[in-house]
Amino acid sequence: MDFKSGAELLALCEKEGLPISQVMLRREAELGEAAPEKLRRRMGQALEIMTVSAGASLREPGRSMGGLIGGEAKRVFDHLPQSLCGPVLSRAAAYAMAVLEVSSSMGLIVAAPTAGSAGVVPGVLLALGEERGLPRERLIDALFNAGAVGYLAMRNATVAGAVGGCQAEVGVAAAMAASAAVELLDGSPRQSLDAASTVLMNMLGLVCDPVGGLVEYPCQSRNAAGATNALTAAELALSGVPQLIPFDEMLSAMYAVGRRLPAELRETALGGCATTPSACAACQGCM
Amino acid sequence: MSFISVFDVIGPNMIGPSSSHTAGAAAIGRLAYKMLPPPVTQVEFTLYGSFAKTYRGHGTDRALLGGVLGFTPDDPRIRDSFRLAREAGVAYDFRLNETDLDVHPNTVDIHLKNAAGQERILRGESLGGGKVRITRINGVEVDFSGEYSAVMVVQQDRPGVVAHITKTISDLGVNIAFMRLYRDAKGLTAYTIVESDQALPEDIVHPLLANPNVHDVMLIQA
Repeated sequence: MDFKSGAELLALCEKEGLPISQVMLRREAELGEAAPEKLRRRMGQALEIMTVSAGASLREPGRSMGGLIGGEAKRVFDHLPQSLCGPVLSRAAAYAMAVLEVSSSMGLIVAAPTAGSAGVVPGVLLALGEERGLPRERLIDALFNAGAVGYLAMRNATVAGAVGGCQAEVGVAAAMAASAAVELLDGSPRQSLDAASTVLMNMLGLVCDPVGGLVEYPCQSRNAAGATNALTAAELALSGVPQLIPFDEMLSAMYAVGRRLPAELRETALGGCATTPSACAACQGCM
Repeated sequence: MSFISVFDVIGPNMIGPSSSHTAGAAAIGRLAYKMLPPPVTQVEFTLYGSFAKTYRGHGTDRALLGGVLGFTPDDPRIRDSFRLAREAGVAYDFRLNETDLDVHPNTVDIHLKNAAGQERILRGESLGGGKVRITRINGVEVDFSGEYSAVMVVQQDRPGVVAHITKTISDLGVNIAFMRLYRDAKGLTAYTIVESDQALPEDIVHPLLANPNVHDVMLIQA
């Protein structure tokens, strides 16, 4: 069982009567020659690392190696009782930001799909899991769903900021999270890919402009924005709002835009946020 | 196109902020660790390109050193690798080469010495997503990813040596996935890299060394 596009994935889901997560699990079992239970266990370990990394810096915030971030996730988390955006979204943002604090202080994380965008998927899934009381096994399924979307992005476009900008890193991470969130909330495979497509559309053109060339700022805030975009797109899809542009076409559009971005806006720290006077002043000691 | 696993997307599990600058650096260091009999006593890293510019803020230095100490890219000890190296009696040094621009942006040269006085000089490149390759060993251009178990033979470039290598390997019932031969110039030192889908038997080294034109054998398990 294999698929090379979103359209092929949807056709397989329809033919087999399976959600995206289970098609992805079967694909991995067949092509990776491994037992499904073993694959689920391995994904369970990834979920475990995600859970720890989303929680660690909420309890004990530390400064990042570059010194640009540290403690922000805890502030957002402590603000939850007065949350402006509602508990799911605010919690997702706090978790997503927390993961970046862990990675930038040499802690253990799971790249999803990259280290720089590693907060989005756990942020959205763990927040939904807690707020909706979903069992761990459902979250493991959701990670296979997210993996399907990320695999298509890796295969047919790019997930590297140096190639396609932040839209390819945080954008794809948010598309993965949106699709997984839809399946977690019992939406259809088509709604999952519609949500993923909506995220790519809404984050289209986002540049990669890390201050000091480090995966800290604006990356941490962008992970929170990725989680927000994912939940918004999932909300639209679950409400029955159709997406005009299918996921495959939106992925191609994202890739085409990414390749047209000037090199200054693709992870080189030569443009965007990275060259603002305040950023340059802040990162004098961070290289 | 090679198989993209779900764990290439939800993964790798890794220490640090960057799969290329931290996880890949640890992976290169660990390949170096596997290519020299322990214990390593001295290591010098030369960083190029983006590695040279941003190594501190990405923890590239700690990751490289951690890898040389044998840590995998997801080993939390990477955070303390400077202290652990000192405790293990490993002298380390980092140098920057910011003038040589004709290299992959994430390149490192690693010069290792062990207690027995053996040395290796390797060049590694971090390709993104934690994937890496070794592109140079003791000055000879090679291409080696470490994704498969491999045996690397350092040999004199003479007739019959390659036949000796393949016969020895097939006698042990090992299925060769890839085999490549690299050399500097005719008649001088050559490198044969044989990669296998399965773990290679430890007793492969001695029969390979039996041929007088074989100078050294490195067994690098995936």
